[in-house]
Amino acid sequence: MAGGDARARSRSISDGHVVNRAVVDTSHGAILYLESVSVSFDGFKALNDLTLTVDAGELRCVIGPNGAGKTTMMDVITGKTRPDAGTAFFGQSIDLTRLSEPAIADIGIGRKFQKPTVFTDHTVFENLELARKADKRVWPTLRARLDSAARDRIATILDTIKLTSHADRLAGMLSHGQKQWLEIGMLLMQEPQLLLLDEPVAGMTDDETMRSAELFQSLAGDYTLVVVEHDMDFVARIADRVTVLHEGHVLAEGSMQQVQQNEQVIEVFLGR
Amino acid sequence: MRPSITPAFVPGSVTRGAGALPRLWSGRAWAFIGIAALILCVIVPVGNLLVPPGSVFHVSDFTVTLAGKIMCYAIVALAMDLIWGYTGILSLGHGLFFALGGYAMGMYLMRSIGRDGVYQSTLPDFMVFLDWKAYPWYWSFTEHFWYAALLVVLVPGILAFVFGFFAFRSRIKGVYFSIITQALTYAFMLLFFRNDTGFGGNNGFTDFKRILGFPITAPGTRVVLFMITGLALIGFLCLGRAIVNSKLGRVLTAIRDAETRVMFSGYNPVYFKLFIWTLSAVICGIAGALYVPQVGIINPSEMSPANSIEIAIWTAVGGRGTLIGPVIGAAAVSLAKSFFTQALPEYWLYMLGLIFILVTLYLPRGIAGLWMGKRK
Repeated sequence: MAGGDARARSRSISDGHVVNRAVVDTSHGAILYLESVSVSFDGFKALNDLTLTVDAGELRCVIGPNGAGKTTMMDVITGKTRPDAGTAFFGQSIDLTRLSEPAIADIGIGRKFQKPTVFTDHTVFENLELARKADKRVWPTLRARLDSAARDRIATILDTIKLTSHADRLAGMLSHGQKQWLEIGMLLMQEPQLLLLDEPVAGMTDDETMRSAELFQSLAGDYTLVVVEHDMDFVARIADRVTVLHEGHVLAEGSMQQVQQNEQVIEVFLGR
Repeated sequence: MRPSITPAFVPGSVTRGAGALPRLWSGRAWAFIGIAALILCVIVPVGNLLVPPGSVFHVSDFTVTLAGKIMCYAIVALAMDLIWGYTGILSLGHGLFFALGGYAMGMYLMRSIGRDGVYQSTLPDFMVFLDWKAYPWYWSFTEHFWYAALLVVLVPGILAFVFGFFAFRSRIKGVYFSIITQALTYAFMLLFFRNDTGFGGNNGFTDFKRILGFPITAPGTRVVLFMITGLALIGFLCLGRAIVNSKLGRVLTAIRDAETRVMFSGYNPVYFKLFIWTLSAVICGIAGALYVPQVGIINPSEMSPANSIEIAIWTAVGGRGTLIGPVIGAAAVSLAKSFFTQALPEYWLYMLGLIFILVTLYLPRGIAGLWMGKRK
């Protein structure tokens, strides 16, 4: 075990990006810094000089009309899209623009997609097992065995996402809302520090939405959450702070109340 | 909130992936494997070598060779299942790896002919015919069996590794990957057709005399080759099973079903694909090496795109993602082929197409799906 950790760390050093993968330096209070990030696709500016800081442990909601750049922002943070300009830092020292998607997942950023993506041909239990934080290179994966600590962890998460009684069902057989929850559970198994959730309550019943709100609020503090959501009631219920994006740029930021009273925001959302 | 449950009651922990060493096969499957091994190692050898030809229990030489050949195909189909059935990557160039393994073994067999060729030279007849005076450099050491055996593994393995590395790193997927593999095997076929490539041109290698000093057409040699092929098939079946039952196997299936999720879970799909792709190619190479001494010939037509497509059809007919299915599929389609190419030779390709369409429409999980279908 100790040997495995040492190997994993030396690999990170040799990659030249991460010095100590276990610790994200949040000494200045913030866990995510985006500075002057711009991304354009064929001349269309999906992100235009976007600057955004998220504090460790906060629950931040990001709202904005379609095409405001919410998903592109997540793509930049998770390494799916490289910015044309600007920087993206995780903590003080980790430059996200230089890491691959798996490496970013490995250092503690979990992402839930807009459309729930789970492994449909695996059971709920196996989905969580695969997501679990571990040495995810080929050889250790081939030799991996489930120990009791792992099983405890899976049991705890199954309980958190209310899928204990479905553990042996194929994930493809779950309802839409259950798949959303399973995906959130998979993120939690990765033991991330930052969770990016793209429309996590889309397609959920009112009851499920309510329980999701409770879940996210209970996670804030231990984790940092960035939630992109269209459901304004949901945002109003959970958000500490709200960021409004418009045309790839931050239009306003503050509490839900402040944002709702902001003239520009009213114009963008209602004034068309 | 309910109190947290004890691990023993987590349903998933009881069924799959549990314990220190998950069981490879069920008791019944082990029994089948035991029976198969008995047939391979006792019944067929005795039936072929000891029972006189007149008896009903006699196993003819033809049957032994045909069965040995089909088992080689079955190994290829099994390798195809690992990459296509489980990982979702359709290769239409697996015939290339099979042929390369066959050629590597063929080089050794050619050199074992010694001076018994038509021209009584130490060089193979085709080199004499081309007026070559010595072996080209890449034929060095091929007179040693161990070196040829090394080539059988390394040539398909290294080619697959290098090709796979660039293809997977460039995120070439789906039909694009299939087309490129098809082009790859076609390019190699054209290369091997050329006489100056040094592999016998369109005639390839044939007229083998002996292997490891034993006469290659003698019944005893044939039965031993048959047994080795059968045991290799069982061995690869167990290896495949161990892989798909491991966490790595679950990652492979996850790549097939949701590759982006795999990536955002912290796995780098490139290396997982590369591992199973290279392994699959090596298994094909070994199958080719077992095939050549039994059929007595290897030529570039083994690299033709149609052959590789046939491999995919074996796998689809037998049932993707089942391991045992493709083994059955390879046997069923090959038997049908040897029947139809004798009875109605010009209609075989139509038959093959028809089989493929019918299986796709009515048996999406192949022959194996017939009894495995109830499970899901």
